[in-house]
Amino acid sequence: MEMNVTDLAVTRGGMRVLEAVSFRVSAGRAVVLRGPNGIGKTTLLRTLAGLQLADSGSVEPGPEAMAYASHADGIKATLSVRENLTFWAKLHGMLDISNALRDFNLETLVERPAGSLSAGQKRRLGLARMAVTGRPIWLLDEPTVSLDTDSVALFASAVERHLAQGGRAVIATHIDLGLDGEVLQLGPFKAEAPEDPHEDFHEAFL
Amino acid sequence: MALLKRDLALSVRAGGGFGLALAFFLIVVTLTPFAVGPNSATLATIAAGILWLGALLSCLLSLDRILALDFEDGSLELLATAPIPLEGVATLKAFAHWLTTGLPLTLAAPLLGVLLHLPAEGFFWLTLSLAIGTPALSVIGTFGAALTVGLKRGGLLLSLIVLPLYVPTLIFGAEVARRGTQGMPADTPLALLAGITLATVALLPFASAAAIRINLR
Repeated sequence: MEMNVTDLAVTRGGMRVLEAVSFRVSAGRAVVLRGPNGIGKTTLLRTLAGLQLADSGSVEPGPEAMAYASHADGIKATLSVRENLTFWAKLHGMLDISNALRDFNLETLVERPAGSLSAGQKRRLGLARMAVTGRPIWLLDEPTVSLDTDSVALFASAVERHLAQGGRAVIATHIDLGLDGEVLQLGPFKAEAPEDPHEDFHEAFL
Repeated sequence: MALLKRDLALSVRAGGGFGLALAFFLIVVTLTPFAVGPNSATLATIAAGILWLGALLSCLLSLDRILALDFEDGSLELLATAPIPLEGVATLKAFAHWLTTGLPLTLAAPLLGVLLHLPAEGFFWLTLSLAIGTPALSVIGTFGAALTVGLKRGGLLLSLIVLPLYVPTLIFGAEVARRGTQGMPADTPLALLAGITLATVALLPFASAAAIRINLR
């Protein structure tokens, strides 16, 4: 099954952020999103995940095939690593978290409360969540923030394993992960002035 | 089910706020005799009303925790993308809130009724009215929390939105307790109270889910 994004347009805060975005990702491939800050990488990922409504265009398959990792990891500080991960696994109808723990080198940390982890360890836990969702398309927003070089390599190999199993990934990142896939350069659409500024103004309050 | 278990675990761990509402309830009720004087006749008349008002305010205290914490750490976004529908999330979160707030308040109210010289006939009706009415408080509160979830320091606004919506529950709940205490038939307000609770449980999770969706955009 192929992932197809056709002619996507998205407005955020009354401002057109994305326009005419089209790309396709075949099984086992990754797309790396590039572009300067504020160009709409996060907006694109959120739209693919179904959190943001698109003005026009289509995304196939729908949000139920996507696993999304945002800047925030969704980790509960008072729960242990195991409890955090088990919760997300159960929510997605999965039972086995041992592979995810191994892939992200969390095995020695399982009983630690997540609040006592370092920023990089939390990030690894947040990314391990992707592996327990069992969903074919990973949407990753700056996944390597606060990871050290070893963890980046660990993460890259986890993504590769996911791709090798027929998964797909859309990754917004500035560093080179050495992944097999295309690069999608997002250009500035915001520069275009809206046709009727007053109409746009009202829209912001709707 | 996993979500309910997680929310309950979170609420009893450090900083979860379990017991906070109960402690607040206890303090409000114990302060009442200091405010209105220790005259047992006066206290007996207002006991049911004070207990209802105290339960309502204690419930309010923990509302902003229902969704705000999940919003801050990103869990709410991830829950929105999870296979469980947001309406289900809203219902489960309201249920978890009731289990950690409404239920303990209902169980503690008769004990605190003793402090306020609540007449003996009143205990049954007070507990019954709280048991039937407090689920509505949690569900309405979840809706208020959903409306204010994206706002920084939305707690005060949340109270302003939610308190007026609590009025029908308070009126009929306190009326059940008052009539029961005075030995009058309490069927009518009890039926209305149950009706309010059932209607909110049936309808508001959809409104809460819609509000969360909009706030996440």
